[in-house]
Amino acid sequence: MPAKNSLKTLMVSSAVLSLGGLSSAMASEGYSDDVVRIGVLTDMSGIYTDLSGEAAVEAVRMAVEDFGGEVNGVPIEVIHGDHRNRADTGASRAREWYNNDGVDMINDLSNSGVALAVAAVADEQQRHAISNSASNIGLTNDYCSPYVTHYTYDAYSLAHGTGKSIVEDGGDTWFFLTVDFAFGIGLEEQVSEVVREAGGQVVGAARHPLDTTDFSSYALQAQASGAEIIGIASTGADAINAINALAEFGVTPDQRPAALLLWYDDIVSLGLETAQGLLLTNAFYWDANDETREFSQRFYERTGRMPNMAHAGNYSSTMHYLNAVEAAGTDDATAVSEAMREMEINDFFASGGYIRPNGRMVHDQYLWEVKSPDESEYDYDFMRLVTTIPGEEAFQPLEKSSCHLLNGS
Amino acid sequence: MDILGIPIQALMGQLMLGIVNGSFYAVLSLGLAIIFGVLKIVNFAHGAFFMVGAFTAFLLAQYMGANYWMTLLLAPLLVALFGMAFEFLFLRRLYGLDPIYGLLLTFSLVLVLEGGFRVAFGSSGQPFATPEQLRGTINLGFMILPLYRGFVIVSALLLCLVTWYVIERTSLGANLRAATERSELTQAFGVNVPRLITLTYGVGVGLAAFAGVLAAPIFHVNPSMGSSLVIIIFAVVVIGGLGSIMGAIVTGLGLGVVEGFTRVFYSEFSSTIVFLVMVLVLLLRPAGLFGREEG
Repeated sequence: MPAKNSLKTLMVSSAVLSLGGLSSAMASEGYSDDVVRIGVLTDMSGIYTDLSGEAAVEAVRMAVEDFGGEVNGVPIEVIHGDHRNRADTGASRAREWYNNDGVDMINDLSNSGVALAVAAVADEQQRHAISNSASNIGLTNDYCSPYVTHYTYDAYSLAHGTGKSIVEDGGDTWFFLTVDFAFGIGLEEQVSEVVREAGGQVVGAARHPLDTTDFSSYALQAQASGAEIIGIASTGADAINAINALAEFGVTPDQRPAALLLWYDDIVSLGLETAQGLLLTNAFYWDANDETREFSQRFYERTGRMPNMAHAGNYSSTMHYLNAVEAAGTDDATAVSEAMREMEINDFFASGGYIRPNGRMVHDQYLWEVKSPDESEYDYDFMRLVTTIPGEEAFQPLEKSSCHLLNGS
Repeated sequence: MDILGIPIQALMGQLMLGIVNGSFYAVLSLGLAIIFGVLKIVNFAHGAFFMVGAFTAFLLAQYMGANYWMTLLLAPLLVALFGMAFEFLFLRRLYGLDPIYGLLLTFSLVLVLEGGFRVAFGSSGQPFATPEQLRGTINLGFMILPLYRGFVIVSALLLCLVTWYVIERTSLGANLRAATERSELTQAFGVNVPRLITLTYGVGVGLAAFAGVLAAPIFHVNPSMGSSLVIIIFAVVVIGGLGSIMGAIVTGLGLGVVEGFTRVFYSEFSSTIVFLVMVLVLLLRPAGLFGREEG
């Protein structure tokens, strides 16, 4: 598509222009410490372990092995750490990694609070951070940086995938059950905007703390609101508990739950009986095509589980980073950033994907529907494709981004 | 009719949910109070035993084909046996030392148990079906109460009353209370105090596991399900008066209700209200609502 290409050229050149001053001063040939070191900063022990965790580390390791274990003769090393879902822990670990341990790029970054904190450190230290598991669009707006990439999905793509399709389907009064931190609130805002743009109405919201087990009281509030759609702006165990509570209290036939960020793993945990019919916007599903099946099979053999979109994104983004390091001939962050934003991403995860100057990786998103137990024919056969959302529609238009890199200030 | 702008129906609904949650608090804090009363051990692993109870029920149902009623009986027994082994092998060595040692040991058990289950079963949890007989809902007029939650209230309260009766009104309970007050003298009367203590720990742990099985269909079985509860349970025991059996039961229910109402008026505050009550009670009655001032 010529229009897309010329837009891309424009964006890439603006990125290059904005980075130009920095790169001439800083770019140097060669590799710091004679090693390219990747840190996977993830939730190893908390509520998001299943979504990222050990399997995220494994995905990055797979990418490094598939890349050959070295780049231009320099070895690649992978280390990992636990941010314990605390922004301050994440930020101080990132600072330690960048400053003392020679980490060139931090990947995964589940938990939006952690991702935003680490993005600020990455910008200050001029090292790379790539988030695959977090959703807050602050990463490509107020917190944007030439060194920060938001890769797999974000709250905007969720809102414009799941949220929009439900509004179009006639669900126009909404009540939100929102997890009370950056992720939930950001997601609620994005979906509310979509609802209002489509002429719908948001009648209220209840905020609950992270890792809530008892949603019964919120289920009652949702019922009392009379809204048609109960938007669940949380994920993992929180979303699972919320869906269960809504089902248990028999949310009336005129009310439907809409889970705004469901992961493949959540479907496994809910079971098809409860989850059937739910819609989810995911950038990746293991059973989409031969390429995804091939990757997923290998991933399954190593981890005993099927990859979700963040795991696939961890692999793909690590590969892209390493390709950029190879092309730039250095691990200098500015040179690599330029290369990452110039090179197109074509693999099992994305086709024709590219990174905008504000760090947003643009690629197609997919709206899936969970199959019923009868429709599921083999192990892990859980989802059916409803529609493909082209990358340009799925992500926030560049002109709406408040990223300071875009207006040259 | 509205109260402070909230429809009375919504208030009654939250009151009912508060009682359901309060039932869990009551059973859990009861076990904790018994253990503290007799062993003088701050059993930090109480939440973990609650979780292990739920997982044991899940495993029994999944791999042995046990039905819900069998798991409700077997899981607490198995977990109680595990707890008694833990008391016999480890905890026993710490009696008479600073309570901090007991707290550290039981806390380490929490880390081991939660970590172990997380490695084996992941963090997002396992589904646990509500028993067939208890599916469906009852229309109470002011709210739709799922039948299962009604069952939770009834069985939890029943269990609390039985436990209270055994401790306060039977000869076994009298021995137990005697062992708490003057263990050497009780032993001189021919009561096997160490065995009594092991048994008490088993009962306390069994109560936690029972609550875990009750919670499994509601909360989804996951490794961290106990850790968010245990702090509240401690607050309940402190508010009720350390070691007071009736205090634990009444306070557990009461705080469930207070928490439920807070969710209506100011939801964000609901996870904090219990601790605010604790601060107030400690300021006004340092021994707790039902505790006796010592010395």
